[in-house]
Amino acid sequence: MASKTPQSRARRSLAWLTAILVGLGIILGIGIATNNSNGVPLLALDLEGGTQMVLSPETSTGEAVTSDQMSQAVEIIRQRVDGSGVSEAEINTQGDNNVVVSMPGSPDEQTRQLIQASANMEFRSVITSGPFTAVPEEERTDVSDVPEPDAEPEHGSDPNWITPELYEEFQSTDCTASDANQIRENLPADEAIVACDFDTGSKYILGPLEISGDQIDSADHGMSQTPTGVSASSWVVNIAFEDEGAESFREVTQRLTGMNPPQNQFAILLDGQIVSAPASQAVITDGRAQISGDFNEESAAQLAEQLEYGALPISFEVESEQQISATLGQDQLFWGLVAGLIGLGLVAIYQFFQYRALGLVTLSSIVIMGLLTYLSIVLLGWSDNYRLSLAGIAGIIVSIGLTADSFIVYFERIKDEMRNGRPIESAVNYGWDRAKRTITVSKLVNVLAAVVLYFVAVGNVRGFAFTLGLTSIADLIVVFLFTHPVMKLLATTKFFAGGHPMSGMDPSLLGQKPLYQGAGRVREFRPDDAVAPKRGKKNTRSSKEAQKRQTIAERRAAERAEVLQTTTSSDQKPAREDS
Amino acid sequence: MSRLATWGNELYAGKKSYPFVQKWKTWFAVALILLAVAAGITALRGGFNMGIDFRGGSEFTVSGVENTDPVIGEEAVTEVISEAEATATNIAGGTIRVQTTELSDEQTLEVAENLQQGYNVTAEDVTSNFVGPTWGQAVSEQMFIGLIVFLVLVSLYLAIYFRTWKMSAAAIVGLLYVVMLTVGIYGAVGFEVTPPAIIGFLLILSYSLYDTVVVFDKIRENTQNLAEDRQRTFDELVNLAVNQTLVRSITTSVVGILPVGSILFIGAGLLGAGTLRDISLSIFVGIIVGTVATLFIQAPLYALFRKSEDDLQARDERILRRRGTDAEQEIENESTESAASQ
Repeated sequence: MASKTPQSRARRSLAWLTAILVGLGIILGIGIATNNSNGVPLLALDLEGGTQMVLSPETSTGEAVTSDQMSQAVEIIRQRVDGSGVSEAEINTQGDNNVVVSMPGSPDEQTRQLIQASANMEFRSVITSGPFTAVPEEERTDVSDVPEPDAEPEHGSDPNWITPELYEEFQSTDCTASDANQIRENLPADEAIVACDFDTGSKYILGPLEISGDQIDSADHGMSQTPTGVSASSWVVNIAFEDEGAESFREVTQRLTGMNPPQNQFAILLDGQIVSAPASQAVITDGRAQISGDFNEESAAQLAEQLEYGALPISFEVESEQQISATLGQDQLFWGLVAGLIGLGLVAIYQFFQYRALGLVTLSSIVIMGLLTYLSIVLLGWSDNYRLSLAGIAGIIVSIGLTADSFIVYFERIKDEMRNGRPIESAVNYGWDRAKRTITVSKLVNVLAAVVLYFVAVGNVRGFAFTLGLTSIADLIVVFLFTHPVMKLLATTKFFAGGHPMSGMDPSLLGQKPLYQGAGRVREFRPDDAVAPKRGKKNTRSSKEAQKRQTIAERRAAERAEVLQTTTSSDQKPAREDS
Repeated sequence: MSRLATWGNELYAGKKSYPFVQKWKTWFAVALILLAVAAGITALRGGFNMGIDFRGGSEFTVSGVENTDPVIGEEAVTEVISEAEATATNIAGGTIRVQTTELSDEQTLEVAENLQQGYNVTAEDVTSNFVGPTWGQAVSEQMFIGLIVFLVLVSLYLAIYFRTWKMSAAAIVGLLYVVMLTVGIYGAVGFEVTPPAIIGFLLILSYSLYDTVVVFDKIRENTQNLAEDRQRTFDELVNLAVNQTLVRSITTSVVGILPVGSILFIGAGLLGAGTLRDISLSIFVGIIVGTVATLFIQAPLYALFRKSEDDLQARDERILRRRGTDAEQEIENESTESAASQ
């Protein structure tokens, strides 16, 4: 009796689902082929083992930290952690002012200190420069040949800072060595040092600390301006010092301006690494300097950010630290998966008990949802570095029940329609019309909950929220593109349409025999039918259409008759027939 | 199955009916008593058993331990800080948990080392968790904000969906009750409140709401054409909807509880305290409370909210008067009457 359209539509839905699955599979295949993904989800710290630290910024002055400074801080922590040789560390901001550092294993004392320490910004004058790489051994000046300084250094650019030992260090320092860009902490403030400038490929001997970063008032970047106020086409970084810094900077520029290169340069160091080494071109008396050079917008912005950051050195307080051993993580993962399988098994058994063959539809729907979820998680791991946590796994397991619920809503609706006397095929369609709204609304509530949880929650709650949202969406896809189309197709099979006892849609158990058996045949009603006690009443129910056309008096008379009948014998029901 | 099916059929037809709406006074009284008892016991216990994520402090889990003497664990802490208060408990076979409050981040690491030596395990077996005092407060605040934001959004969403604030209000009040009772049970039993448990609470909200949406959908459907139905009062229509969705409500809870129960069993039984146990425990309690609350609180509450509407009152009176005058029709015969209705 079904026209071709609903069935072909059902097939089209299934084709769409297949397309989605195959599409995701192909993307994953590409990921595996290009070595970007290994086909399994990335695991979060609590499953993989490792250390997670939640840090909050602290400033020595108690000033609030701006989001720019935060992102700069994160960038600096990242450089420090990478520089310390810890691989695969992940550093993120969480909320407005927390930094989460996750890394495998447990960090050593030095790494921990590096992570927490505030960045150290210094201004030092250049005393001399040299080649980027180490001077070959045979060309070096022997230590004994370097003269000891003949007088106390008078200022920051005085070559008298250079001791033979420092000069030896200067000659042997190779800025291309892998550890050259490491963080250098606690540089001596009153001694000359050797530093590399990676941007220009130079190596310098720098004088003692002239100005420290906290003397910077502000920094920004912009286009340079000609004296008439017209924008020129090059990027510059503007820097303003606080009073004390302005005075020091005036002294420095006064000395440097007019000296011979490279002694007219000063270096700005962050964590012991040179971020810029401009030459002083004029005496700056008001503490407002402009650094020009080979900037593009990005590099100018970066320097300005670094200067701003240096202006407010942020150190980090450990708010929470978790160290989880890899073995414990593996254990949790294993048992989490076992729990999931047991849960799935129990749901399957219960569904078979209640819905018989329809339980298979539920089970396969859940399996497809699982497949969709799995693919999404692996792909999100690839694209967004999403990591599955234990809470996330719990979310997925819990979603088995929530997903099965959509099917229960749907099946119960179909049953309701069959109780109303509809044959299975139209019951599937009518039931769907009503169920889909309920399912969609309920799932959207879940998605809403997931989104709220994700955005307000901290820590591992997010992992749970994420999988909850993901599985809710996967569930909707499965219900619309799999469960319903499959039900439509199944309803046309003999097994289901014929109400086989194992089909789970046995009309006799619903107190109903399909009145309309297709092809225009209408079932004869027989009062002595074995299922009469249950069916009779539904029969009256199904005749409500006819009933509506009765007058009130007729209807009430019929009701009274019925009441009398039921009170005399509950097995005997008034024989009613659909007209 | 056949018995369940018969039962389902009878509920659907209204032949069998449980007075969820009619006896609302009883249910509400029971609900309030339960809440009061839970709150009372919680208060007697001295409040909630908050986990270290909220209190701040350090927690260590040592697994693969052969000698599960808690003294070793407590000494590992007192060696570092002599006046620190430490409690060590054997939470699962071969797993020891040590909690203490007064350690700094660095001291936490020292204690972890001591534990490793004391229990003669490798560093791999010691998990440490340090939570600074302010962090716990931040976590609690976030959770609270999450709850408020969720409730506000859900109220709006439901009001738009049901197009009546009364349904939305009934759903939200019921929701609040579910959370309060679940939290109360948590407090009364003394379960530890941890962030995963809070995740569970928030999930309960969405789960319980799901349940409510399904039942309310049916209520709305049943009460859509009030003018056409001359047999049932408004209360009875609402009650019919609750009964008609009863099988689904029960099935849903069972299906919801099965996977949660398996996580709970494995989480609590094999792994001891942890994320899995805490999440599943709160959801387990919440699903049961949520389902029951939908039946006994939210639906009757909605009927109650609409009781004051004049046209509904007039309609109910008309129906009841007709029943009274009709000699053959007894009010108890409600079920039979329903056969011809809708």
